[in-house]
Amino acid sequence: MLKTAIAHSEVLDLITRMAADLKAGMRPGAALVGIHTGGVWVAEHLNRHLSLPDPLGELNIAFYRDDFSHIGMHPSVRPSTLPFDVDGRHIVLVDDVLFTGRTVRAALNEIFDYGRPASVMLVVLVDRSGRELPIQPDVTGTTMDLPTGQHVKLIGPDPLSLVVQRAA
Amino acid sequence: MKPHQIQIDEQGRLKHFISIEGLPRDLLIAILDAAQSFAGVGERAIKKLPLLRGKTIATLFFEPSTRTRTTFELAAKRLSADVLNINVQSSATRKGESLLDTLRTLEAMHCDMFVVRHPMSGAAQLIASHVAPHVRVINAGDGRHEHPTQAVLDCFTIRRVKGDLSSLVVAIVGDVLHSRVARSDIHALNILGVGELRVVGPKTLIPPGVEALGVRVFYDLEPGLRDADVVIMLRLQNERMQGTLLPSAHEYFQAYGLTAAKLAVARPDVTVMHPGPINRGVEIDTAVADGPHSVILQQVSHGIAVRMAIMSMAMGSQAAPRRTR
Repeated sequence: MLKTAIAHSEVLDLITRMAADLKAGMRPGAALVGIHTGGVWVAEHLNRHLSLPDPLGELNIAFYRDDFSHIGMHPSVRPSTLPFDVDGRHIVLVDDVLFTGRTVRAALNEIFDYGRPASVMLVVLVDRSGRELPIQPDVTGTTMDLPTGQHVKLIGPDPLSLVVQRAA
Repeated sequence: MKPHQIQIDEQGRLKHFISIEGLPRDLLIAILDAAQSFAGVGERAIKKLPLLRGKTIATLFFEPSTRTRTTFELAAKRLSADVLNINVQSSATRKGESLLDTLRTLEAMHCDMFVVRHPMSGAAQLIASHVAPHVRVINAGDGRHEHPTQAVLDCFTIRRVKGDLSSLVVAIVGDVLHSRVARSDIHALNILGVGELRVVGPKTLIPPGVEALGVRVFYDLEPGLRDADVVIMLRLQNERMQGTLLPSAHEYFQAYGLTAAKLAVARPDVTVMHPGPINRGVEIDTAVADGPHSVILQQVSHGIAVRMAIMSMAMGSQAAPRRTR
């Protein structure tokens, strides 16, 4: 059962507001890194708003997930690309939905395998309930209070919409 | 049980990696794609992924090997596994312990995977059919049968250098008779649908009936190399040669050794490959081995990414069947 929670134009409005918040709180010289796939879409929009000089980094955290021993290898994993030097860099990590916090934990581990960043900020489109790790966003588009059985997912890349679905 | 039945589980996932023969095309492509993802890890500051953290992998080499064993070891370490290199030459098997007793001992040490090279064809499969259910077996070369990870890295290299395989002419040159690399390469390239596949060598070193595997046979080097896009040279395996198959290494080089002059009939952008170790001046001239067409050292680096892909996919099937989420 799919239910569109937030339509394209509203998602874009959220991202515009996030860009403004980010501009206020972001350190000079920071680089954006999106988490594959929804986080990359949000990061692309943010990058356009902020017109940052560096290309966007893309992280695919499949090799860092903590459930490998439960679900095995993900079939085709696009490699991560961080097209800048991570050492000493301020990083803005972008994801679509922050839920348990495990994806962000994995992303942090992967970033540190590229180098030692000066700082990492977390930006998410949706901060939903159900955290299992002590991870909180610095910039949030919207918050949702959902029961554990429901999932919110960003559909895209064009148009972007947020849908809520009951877990199968 | 045929090897290709033992190496795939009920969900169609890679369980062991024993042979290319019988490997489904989509699984071979999945391995190549995964290797592509792993290839970038070698260029990072920290060349390690946490995928196989807490797993123990034992390499069991009953035949000497440097590059295959070390690239397996490096691949396992880049996946954060713990690696035991069992030096079989100086171990308990020399004291009369049977192969299966050695395995039981290693299983008792909670090894999760065995990487096996053995001079006997079928050894890896024999081991795979006797290990505990959670243990995975990778064939690192068994007798004259197969060397499947080498074939995957050869295909990976060709795909990286040339792209689409369907229009390529690939020539495998040399001692095809004794070569498990040739056998695995032939199966892999045909599964992937290569344009034309040739084997080239003296009659005494081409197995009779090899055409049945889907290759064209050439007994002379020049027509065999004509318009080839890729040339895979095989090592002249002196240590396996018995009797009078060849007059001498020198005469072999005159007739079948790859020199720049002989390579001129191939396509101008021809790629030259060799599984190593190379015998300079026997099957390949130094000028070609170190020349602009050679990708021999790239093959070695690709071997790490390919072995990472195969080990993580096989180990990933230890997990319960995938749930949709």
